Amino acid sequence: MAADSAEMVERTAGARQAGPPEGASGPAKLELIGIGKEFHTKRAHTQALSGIDLTIRDGEFVSVIGRSGCGKTTLLRMLAGLLSPSTGQILIEGRSLWNGARVDTSVVSQLGVVFQEANLFPWYSVAENIALPLRLRGDGKAERLARAYELAELVGLGGFERSYPRELSGGMRQRVAIARALSIRPKLLLMDEPFGALDALTRERMNLELQRIALATAATVVFITHDITEAVFLGDRVVHLTPRPGRIRQVKAIEFDRPRGIDVQTEPGFGAIVRDLRHALDEDEGR
Amino acid sequence: MSRERSRKLLPWVSTPLILVVFFALWELFVRVYDVSELVLPGPATVLESLVQVVTDPATWDHARVTATETIAGFLIALVSGVAVGVVLGKVPWLELSLRPMIVASQVVPKVALIPLFVIWFGFGMTSKVIMAAMLAFFPIMLNVQLGVRSVDPGQREVMRSLNSTRWQTFTHLELKSTMPYVFAGMEVGIVLAIIGTIVGEYLGGNEGLGYLVVRTLNELNAPALFATIILLSVLGLLLYFVVNGLKRFFIPWHESVYGQQDANG
Ligand SMILES: Nc1ncnc2c1ncn2[C@@H]1O[C@H](COP(=O)(O)OP(=O)(O)OP(=O)(O)O)[C@@H](O)[C@H]1O
Ligand SMILES: [Mg+2]
Repeated sequence: MAADSAEMVERTAGARQAGPPEGASGPAKLELIGIGKEFHTKRAHTQALSGIDLTIRDGEFVSVIGRSGCGKTTLLRMLAGLLSPSTGQILIEGRSLWNGARVDTSVVSQLGVVFQEANLFPWYSVAENIALPLRLRGDGKAERLARAYELAELVGLGGFERSYPRELSGGMRQRVAIARALSIRPKLLLMDEPFGALDALTRERMNLELQRIALATAATVVFITHDITEAVFLGDRVVHLTPRPGRIRQVKAIEFDRPRGIDVQTEPGFGAIVRDLRHALDEDEGR
Repeated sequence: MSRERSRKLLPWVSTPLILVVFFALWELFVRVYDVSELVLPGPATVLESLVQVVTDPATWDHARVTATETIAGFLIALVSGVAVGVVLGKVPWLELSLRPMIVASQVVPKVALIPLFVIWFGFGMTSKVIMAAMLAFFPIMLNVQLGVRSVDPGQREVMRSLNSTRWQTFTHLELKSTMPYVFAGMEVGIVLAIIGTIVGEYLGGNEGLGYLVVRTLNELNAPALFATIILLSVLGLLLYFVVNGLKRFFIPWHESVYGQQDANG
């Protein structure tokens, strides 16, 4: 299986030899070795993922695309230490995340997770929600509030710091969740369709911000999205998962230099990649 | 803006208006049909009697007894209900093995047990406190149990992904999200507690507003009977509003609190 998916790694049309993209060089941050996941419920046995092999370098930005139900969230939850894989191994900086069904929490410090749902705490204000990770870590009140206000500004929620989640729209809540994940300046950032609820313009702005933050903090990012353009725009590589069972169909390296401006989307090479990926996703339809 | 304000003021205007109309119709009814004072005294007579009852210091002793019994019973129910609810919510096998007992003890008409309590604990306050506690216990316990189990799995995952300790998960998540259930149980519980106390007083003893009801009945003093019932209602309302106020103070973020405000404002 490992050989299989390695073969599928395609390189984009660029003449450049496919070295690691700038800012993404370095040792392996995350290694997935033969990851599989089965769910057993009363009604069905679902093979959600099977034979996932992937190595992600330190500082790399990896986008994951795939049709609904192909196992993206399942994969992310295993990386976040929330769900144990049925088979295979996950190594973070060479250390095993899972020992059987037990998670080694010392491996996952400096982890930021943005879930598919915002999962805010309704009893805390926006600022308190954003600062929660800092509070759990034991940072002082002034310090963490300053950081919360700074992040609220960053995600375009300046002025809403004292509001409560119920007073926000879905997209605003999701941005609070993003700010919360960023608060500890994570070295590993896992994001599950974080911008799904945003309008096109806000989304574009958040894409640029995310790129800037990822580069500035040299964070490794695993970014799940349904939006192919977004995946290509942000990713050093785009991983395409096919459903039933979830497997890696191809891994596409995106060779444009980072940081990328929004104009990169008009370059012919960019459009070609997006088109190829769309075709490949279309083929998943009947499966 | 002005529309919003007038909506907010509406209950303050409508309630007195309805009451005035109600009392007027009552008075009219009593006069037109010349109803005996023994059956239905007019509001004026009741008011007169109410003033008499309220100015009698003995009434306040009775009221204090009733309030004490209710609050004591309620607090016992609160502490034990939360404790048992948390344990049963957290330990499913225990809940499963105790479920038949719990269902059975809920179905038993507990008010029927009062004579037993009187035999065991006498005519004093103890038997009433126990009755109030028994009635208030179940809604609190069942709500807490439900609350402990209803912690949102997504929020739980947030805490886990943040590498939180058990204590942190408890204080930041479990405690907070169970609070609305505790208060829902308390709001039902306080009402049941006062019912338990009053029924207890009806059946035994010589103190409390419930006893006063029975005594005025035996004296066939209908106006005083009405006045005492009004006092009891006021006591019940007061206790309910205290619990409701606590809820507003402790969980302003919950939809049962802010939703109400939105509807009013
Ligand atoms: N806890 C679970 N129990 C049983 N089956 C599950 C569970 N979680 C996921 N599945 C199954 O695993 C498969 C993959 O689910 P997953 O949530 O990972 O999909 P996804 O790629 O994130 O989809 P979407 O894009 O819609 O979010 C689905 O078929 C789903 O039914
Ligand atoms: Mg998903």
